[in-house]
Amino acid sequence: MMNSQTESSDPFAGERLKESPFHPRQAALNLRNAWSSWNGYKFADYYYDEEYEYFCVRNSCATYDICPMQKYIISGVDAEAMLDRMVTRDITKLKENRVTYVCWCTDEGRLIDDGTIFKLGTDKFLLTCGSPSLAWLRKSAFGFNQMKIEDASDTIAGLSFQGPTTCEVLKRMGLEGIDQLKPFCIAHFSFAGSEDKPLMVSRTGFTGDLGYELWINPSLALSFWDALYAAGEDYGIQPYGEAATNMARLEAGFIMPGMEFNEALKTIHYHYDQTPFELSLDWLVDFKKPHFNGRTALMSARDTGSEYTLIKLDIEGNKPAEESFLYADEGCIKEIGYVTSAMWSPVVKANIALAMVKTEAIKDSIWAEIYYTKELRHHSKVAKCKVQSKPFWAPDRARATPPAAF
Amino acid sequence: MKKYDAIIIGAGHNGLTNAAYLAKAGLDVLVVEKNEYIGGAAVTREMHDGWFYSSCSYVCSMMRQAIHRDLNLTKHGLVLVPYLGTVVFADNGDTMTSYHSEEAEYNQLRRRSPHDADAMFRFQADLGRYAQLIRKTLLRTPPDPTSFRPRDIRELLWLAKQFWSLGEKELYEYIRFFTMSAADFLDDYFEDDLIKAAMASPGVIGTALGVYSPGSAYVLLHHVMGDVDGNVGAWGLARGGMGAISNAIAGSVKEHGGEIRTHAGVDKILVKNGKATGVVLENGDELYANIVVSNMDAKRTFTQCMDKDDLPPGIYEKAKNFKIRGSSGKVNIALSGLPKFNNVADNRYINRGGQGFVGSMETLERAYDCWKHGRWSDDPFIESVIPSAWDPTVAPPGQHWMSNFIQYCPPQLADGPWTPEKRDAFGQTVVDKIERYSPGFKDLIVHMEVRTPHEIEAEVGLTEGNIFQGELTIDQLLFNRPFPGYAQYRMPIKNMYMCGSSTHPGGGVSSACGANAAREILIDLKRPNTVPEDDFYDE
Repeated sequence: MMNSQTESSDPFAGERLKESPFHPRQAALNLRNAWSSWNGYKFADYYYDEEYEYFCVRNSCATYDICPMQKYIISGVDAEAMLDRMVTRDITKLKENRVTYVCWCTDEGRLIDDGTIFKLGTDKFLLTCGSPSLAWLRKSAFGFNQMKIEDASDTIAGLSFQGPTTCEVLKRMGLEGIDQLKPFCIAHFSFAGSEDKPLMVSRTGFTGDLGYELWINPSLALSFWDALYAAGEDYGIQPYGEAATNMARLEAGFIMPGMEFNEALKTIHYHYDQTPFELSLDWLVDFKKPHFNGRTALMSARDTGSEYTLIKLDIEGNKPAEESFLYADEGCIKEIGYVTSAMWSPVVKANIALAMVKTEAIKDSIWAEIYYTKELRHHSKVAKCKVQSKPFWAPDRARATPPAAF
Repeated sequence: MKKYDAIIIGAGHNGLTNAAYLAKAGLDVLVVEKNEYIGGAAVTREMHDGWFYSSCSYVCSMMRQAIHRDLNLTKHGLVLVPYLGTVVFADNGDTMTSYHSEEAEYNQLRRRSPHDADAMFRFQADLGRYAQLIRKTLLRTPPDPTSFRPRDIRELLWLAKQFWSLGEKELYEYIRFFTMSAADFLDDYFEDDLIKAAMASPGVIGTALGVYSPGSAYVLLHHVMGDVDGNVGAWGLARGGMGAISNAIAGSVKEHGGEIRTHAGVDKILVKNGKATGVVLENGDELYANIVVSNMDAKRTFTQCMDKDDLPPGIYEKAKNFKIRGSSGKVNIALSGLPKFNNVADNRYINRGGQGFVGSMETLERAYDCWKHGRWSDDPFIESVIPSAWDPTVAPPGQHWMSNFIQYCPPQLADGPWTPEKRDAFGQTVVDKIERYSPGFKDLIVHMEVRTPHEIEAEVGLTEGNIFQGELTIDQLLFNRPFPGYAQYRMPIKNMYMCGSSTHPGGGVSSACGANAAREILIDLKRPNTVPEDDFYDE
């Protein structure tokens, strides 16, 4: 299941990346050998063509390997209190078999990471996040004695299954009642004749579209993959990698570490990390609940207001404003911010971006200085930007229960 | 009696685009459509239980992105999805796949001819250069070269500048290109017959020309100059079928307060004192408007829907002689499974592309010979796509819809008028040919819709079933389209305009004709312009 090389006499074994439980199937479909890495795992940037895979997410259905994502099981009578103390959202309101999006901060109110919490039982939670967080979890658990933290990153295999035909495929796989599963809800299913329901399905994802995350024991990963792909054959199933994910999440307006925010615990320069307010995550911060990490700092941050705020931009023309500076004037004299992520959105047909802009300058006109290359020669242009309040892509099917067939 | 600001005849995609922009400018517009459904040739209909055919046009690459964005067509349900490569079939059973990756494509070409694989780079660059120039003219009104109005002079200078920027050598080449045959053009690059046939085939699609006929090189360009999200030459499917395009534009018309009336065929355009005043419907109802815009082709507009006496001298003759010859058929097939083709790998990506039954250069030319003699091609060129392999909305899961475009099929047969029997025999010719390359194909057929130029004219209203509303030859392009002197969407009758593919830039689901016409109308009405400029990837 893990690395075949580790057993061999491969002198480079220690330098090679780990392989996900789904690797044998994914490797066969990675026609371009476009591998990158994530948390020590060999991880596909794309398999065939990033735009094609992006369109599978928007047009049919596609799988994204989330085995490298970090997974922690937090259990015990103090588990809820500990998580509620750590994250900015009120976890005591979370019902069993529900998922919620959360973030957590330092005492100074700077964002460490975001992730999702699954309430698996009264005293049992699953936390998933992009970066390894065991050290911070342990620190956060100080004083909570009746609980334990288990790193399940390598013991739960996960596939994010996204796109308009996903529900139909899961129905065809025999997941009874899957069409009644509401967004952010969890259900358990039997698989391969097993009665103990080893397959967990959550209606979650990182694409803004209809989709599910499928969780299973790594020992069942390959047979599960085969069953899913057999069911999905007539529905255009395809694996997708980091590149397509990045396109889909930007259209949905979701933030990425290393793009929109610099993880606080990894930040060297003063205030080069962000508060949730700067990232427009105000709705994640619940001051009505008792003390939580960073509460005092966040209250004062809320009262003073943020210098920068993350906003969505619809930019004139079609040149992606990657790494652009933003100005208050067309002459590019008064600098007011910078673009964090940008792309041409094939589905919306718009030139979109997320950007950090000085809060005071958001209501006035915004111009992007865009650099692009044409047959080796560098060019630049200045384009007008329009602030957009809603996600660029938010189809009704993402929220509909039951979802339509496609 | 109600008087509209504008009546647009024909709810095809250009008519709807025109209406959307006029409505957006605040005009009270009515679109009248003869069929009980909208869309014209960009239409999707459930022709068999669970199967949604795009009965006429079937793929899309010319749709102006600026219009898509400006009219918010995504909000109105339009998603354009690029599809993957195409497999071409030679007479001898050989196949050649066009792959999505440049490297795979190069290796594939090299297997046939190392020379041609290398030549392909120069070919693509040359074609790209030509395409770029034409692309820039799509959302612009052609200048009148005989006029001294400042706008015409300015536009003429702009056009001259575009041509001059090619450099002297390329300028000569380009001028030659417009009158060349696809075969002559390709001979300068390639030696392999199948590669040539594959590249030449777009030069005859929808055109009553052969691959060796002068003028077919431009038609080739017309088919490769489109793009999907800036990938020039790529083709896309409208999710839900081509009707999704018309429906989305109709959504925009309604959003801006426009009205669309179906089952309202126009019998005559009303003219009073040299001015268009409205239309008479087939049921006798008269509707009045300050402006009448025809989205019908030029021949139908002037020879079928107007009194000859209402027209200035010469116009009727020009319309009568407008080159709009039907040459294509369409066979839409519902299949119980995905067909397998000889010498094609069972590869999920290839299966999501198209099939080109091109045969050889000689086969393509012989197919044209049949047309000249008033017969459908006994060994036709077929361009097929199986949209259901990629679009989950057009056929039941695991079953498929195959669109087959056939070149050639004549509007009139030498042995007398079209009959249902002859139509079916034409369909059988097509199915027999596909079966040759895909044994067992016939057993998969669940339902079939066969459309000769006769059906296309009767249903869509395109004269002779010509898919471009008039041939795309230099005598009918740019400031010559539809007729010299009338290329700026204004017609010889006051308050009358044209907005269909008979006008610049011609056929294809681009929305450009309708948008350009709206811009001219708004200029005449002294209203602020609502039509966007094109946005280019290659600026």
